[in-house]
Amino acid sequence: MTTHFFGDAAVLTGRSLKHVTRSIDTIITTAIVPIAMMLLFVYVFGGAINTGSDSYVGYLLPGILLITIASGISYTAFRLFTDMQAGIFERFQSMPIARSGVLWAHVLTSLIANLISLVIVVGVALLMGFRTGANVLDWLAVAGILLLFTLALTWIAVIPGLTAKTMGGASAFSYPLIFLPMISSAFVPTHTMPGPVRAFAEHQPVTSIVNAIRDLFTEQPVSSDIWTALAWCVGILMVAFAFSMVIYRRKIS
Amino acid sequence: MNTQQAPAIHVRDLKKSFKEVEVLRGVDFDVARGSIFALLGSNGAGKTTAIRILSTLLKADAGTVSVNGFDVVTQPAKVRESFSLTGQFAAVDEILSGRENLVLIAQLRHLDNPGAVADTLLERFGLTGAARRKVLTYSGGMRRRLDIAMSLIGNPPVIFLDEPTTGLDPEARIEVWQTVKELAGYGTTVLLTTQYLDEAEQLADRIAILHKGRIIVNGTLDELKKLLPPAKVEYVEKQPTLEDVFFALVGDDGKDGDADKSSNDASTTSNTK
Repeated sequence: MTTHFFGDAAVLTGRSLKHVTRSIDTIITTAIVPIAMMLLFVYVFGGAINTGSDSYVGYLLPGILLITIASGISYTAFRLFTDMQAGIFERFQSMPIARSGVLWAHVLTSLIANLISLVIVVGVALLMGFRTGANVLDWLAVAGILLLFTLALTWIAVIPGLTAKTMGGASAFSYPLIFLPMISSAFVPTHTMPGPVRAFAEHQPVTSIVNAIRDLFTEQPVSSDIWTALAWCVGILMVAFAFSMVIYRRKIS
Repeated sequence: MNTQQAPAIHVRDLKKSFKEVEVLRGVDFDVARGSIFALLGSNGAGKTTAIRILSTLLKADAGTVSVNGFDVVTQPAKVRESFSLTGQFAAVDEILSGRENLVLIAQLRHLDNPGAVADTLLERFGLTGAARRKVLTYSGGMRRRLDIAMSLIGNPPVIFLDEPTTGLDPEARIEVWQTVKELAGYGTTVLLTTQYLDEAEQLADRIAILHKGRIIVNGTLDELKKLLPPAKVEYVEKQPTLEDVFFALVGDDGKDGDADKSSNDASTTSNTK
């Protein structure tokens, strides 16, 4: 059965990618909120924010990219939820195929759809004057971190996708994730925040990830932030994956 | 292969509870190869639970179940190669076209020419005209036909149909009945659940009544009829049924032969014009 795993997963990924390309609005809505926030912060609030860097759009971009991913994965939960409701999930599970391929197809689709949204957002940032001297290696490191972050959040999204009772429940979980970058170093330096807020901001995953990406974009030597960032991503990924698998096994047994 | 002699479906002392609720309390039945077997019962009788256990989607608490000679617990992969499930709600992908749905299943069953398989089934189920439309635009009957067509891909020896006509209009219902009869004609074993008495009467070679988690009777229609006192002759004015009236008003427009015809040619039920 496992001999067909990659073939089956590829066929199923092709199917859910058709869902993405046929509802292009999901990619646009994924990208439009972060883009609107970027415009708002750069052209409205930005003048009053002193980050100590020359270009606010450059300062802002890492956090905006994380918000893009956080809103993008809610569609993963939505697509999985729809499959569960429609009974097509059960049809696949009752067929002689590599069963976990059904889940992996959704995860792969999530990675691809988010990648497209991220490219659009970076494109808009470039139009708004974002410049970086980052070399290919730096870009690869940024892509790697974002990929890992997407993967971690996608496995979180699988949980409501499998368990939600309503459409709203399946996608509502992403709101706090979108909000998390607000209380981090994404928009303003954390040292301007009052004590407890600052303590939270500096010890939550977004700050280390934002700082690591920002260092890479501004060609600073990467600090320990990158290891904290990677540890957060891998940690979230492992916990979310383990949870999803427990729920999935319970669903199919 | 010794599986040829064994019944297509064999269920012994099947038990399943959800928390405190005993849904199945020791169910036994066998389904002979190539026959149509109806599991008749009201809502909540445990029909869907039984089907889900047979199709390896749910684990039983106790009892033995085999499909096509393979045990659902020890050989689930072999079981999944032996049957196709058509669930209570048409399990189709609404975003894809009808043809893409069929191609998808053919690919997952690793057939050689998925496109050709899809086209043959579209033709057979009268969906050629709608082949490239999104399933989202299909009527309930068309969805159900597509659903059943998807189940036939790869010619599984056993088909489970869970309430195949629930929610369908009378015409679509008769189309599904013809499809099921046709399947049995090809030698496929069909296990169907239904809450409609006339559906069981129309289709099934054997009927088992599932009530409160147990099979209370199991036999052919004639056997079941003998359980009641012999018929007595009464004079009753023959009123047209509402179904007669419906079809008289709606008209046949050259399709949908009546259910008794048991035609082997599904193309007469074609809905495409």
